Amino acid sequence: MTIPGAPVLLRVRNLKTYFVTEHGKGTAQAVDDVSFDLYPGETLGIVGESGCGKTVTSLSILRLVPEPPGHVLPGSLIEFEGRNLLALPAPELRAVRGNQIAMIFQEPMTSLNPVFTVGDQIAEAAIIHQHLSRSAARARAIEMLRLVGIPDPDERVDHYPHQLSGGMRQRVMIAMALVCHPKVLIADEPTTALDVTIQAQILELLDRLQHELGMSVLLITHDLGVVAGHADRVVVMYAGRVVETAPTDALFERPTHPYTEGLLAAVPRIDAPRTRLHAIPGQVPAATAWPPGCRFHPRCPYAWDKCVAQEPPLLEVGDEAGHTARCWLVTEPERKVSKR
Amino acid sequence: MTLVDVRDLVKHYAGERRWFGLGRPQAPVRAVDGVSFTIASGRTLGLVGESGSGKTTVGRTMLRLQEPTSGKMLFDGNDVFALDVTRLRALRRRMQIVFQDPYSSLNPRMTVDDTLREPLEIHGLNGTVTALLDEVGLDAAFAKRYPHELSGGQRQRVGIARALSVEPQFIVCDEPVSALDVSVQAQVLNLLADLQAKRRLTYLFIAHDLAVVRHIADDVAVMYLGKLVERAPAGEIYAQPRHPYTRALLSAVPEPNPHTTKRRIVLPGDIPSPAHPPPGCPFHPRCPHPKKSQRCRTEPPPLRPITPGHDAACHFAEEPM
Repeated sequence: MTIPGAPVLLRVRNLKTYFVTEHGKGTAQAVDDVSFDLYPGETLGIVGESGCGKTVTSLSILRLVPEPPGHVLPGSLIEFEGRNLLALPAPELRAVRGNQIAMIFQEPMTSLNPVFTVGDQIAEAAIIHQHLSRSAARARAIEMLRLVGIPDPDERVDHYPHQLSGGMRQRVMIAMALVCHPKVLIADEPTTALDVTIQAQILELLDRLQHELGMSVLLITHDLGVVAGHADRVVVMYAGRVVETAPTDALFERPTHPYTEGLLAAVPRIDAPRTRLHAIPGQVPAATAWPPGCRFHPRCPYAWDKCVAQEPPLLEVGDEAGHTARCWLVTEPERKVSKR
Repeated sequence: MTLVDVRDLVKHYAGERRWFGLGRPQAPVRAVDGVSFTIASGRTLGLVGESGSGKTTVGRTMLRLQEPTSGKMLFDGNDVFALDVTRLRALRRRMQIVFQDPYSSLNPRMTVDDTLREPLEIHGLNGTVTALLDEVGLDAAFAKRYPHELSGGQRQRVGIARALSVEPQFIVCDEPVSALDVSVQAQVLNLLADLQAKRRLTYLFIAHDLAVVRHIADDVAVMYLGKLVERAPAGEIYAQPRHPYTRALLSAVPEPNPHTTKRRIVLPGDIPSPAHPPPGCPFHPRCPHPKKSQRCRTEPPPLRPITPGHDAACHFAEEPM
């Protein structure tokens, strides 16, 4: 739900995050010139396969990329409420991180501290950022556990992570992230480690909480099904680049980049009869040596010499505001002839 | 013709002893609790369930990678659980497994060539590594590589080539694509389908993803807490699921379609521990069926035919939800 004309809440411009590889042999250009905007109250999906740079993008926003080996290049901008987070001194950044922008991760077990009770871990942020007393923070923790749908919150508050199931742990993670009522929640593959019936619970919970708390969500996932059901707009990433942006409906009705098209066709469908799946040939190239020209051209069924020679910019598709694709087919649609 | 016939398979793990092994043992984990099915030659049975349902244990005990607690497994008429080691080893050539995690199921110190050559030499087969690699869509140059030099999809192709090397009739595919990216997953699924057609293979395809299973299975069996709750031809089970758990599973799969009109059934609660399955119907604490009654809490529903060829373990399988 985007409010037209609303000011941008989080602006990412020309983000480049590179890593020096283990043997110092090269540089992995994990995120390579990524730009997008997040508006108040909306869910923006960032979708892509392993190695496309979606997780590094999310870590870069909160400056959680380990340095070294990683570094965010000068010229990158992450603007939150008018301030460049990349230039903030550490104490000011800490006042934003976990307070106004919070994050949940894929693996709840590895992101929770095994030697503290879940109540202590939820209360910590409230004590630090909102200066609540211990007892007030504990009451807040219980309230948060109730909000995320954990039964018997008065008892659960004293449990340790290992006493909870995977779905419950993810609920605790969400409670921790939301305890300070952040304006932005970054959810990095929040349901990937969960079973499908538990995934449905967590996604429903996130929808409800977003509605109640009015926050923006940056939903990072590899699952086009999750994006279709929960995002307002989508950014598709491939090989460190944004290759397509669109309102969710437009993306699924008129996928324009051949990668998006191929990815959609590769998803096994529960509503389709048994057919041969469309596979994208080859594999994602290495981040230390992206192909020249369009980075998708070695796997693209339509590529021609121009695609090898010159990388296209993000071009307006023209059907709807905000639908762009990094593909020469936008300007030369007659070239869309599959060579396979 | 039936190639694989599993009857009342049970696998219980002894409960752990607390206090460094000196305490009283805890309740046994009933990983598999009386599972029966058959697979006809050349067909694929999809075995679907969530974590802790026992689906992986079924696959492993069938090949006696783990010893069963009780039950029978007939493979082409041979009683697998009654065989001595020598005859089991001979039979293993005809039954193979492809594991979920190609990272941990390949020996990191062996090249692809070593990995594929070993079974050929042990069994004195005529096949060549090059031919095997070619069959799974890998260039002969891959033979010199080590597993860490391969991508996830390439490793899984090597895992498949290793299973094929001994010319099996039956392959247990244990979540073979769940660790792979969508575009690569499609490649591997297509490969498995091609190999099946070419070599007339029979598959037990174990997966948590009902959409993936739809693209490969002829028949589908759904497991919950160690028991089969539904079993039917694939077309049937997707069009008309009978068990409330199957219905919920199907409704929970996120579809890549923003305009789906599907009614989502969100199940409450977690999957109970297989050490303490609920009494009566194991699904009753989470069951959203409107007809749910006292009977579900006390009387375990047997797996029974609802329509010809379509079995479900629910007292109210005939009722609409």
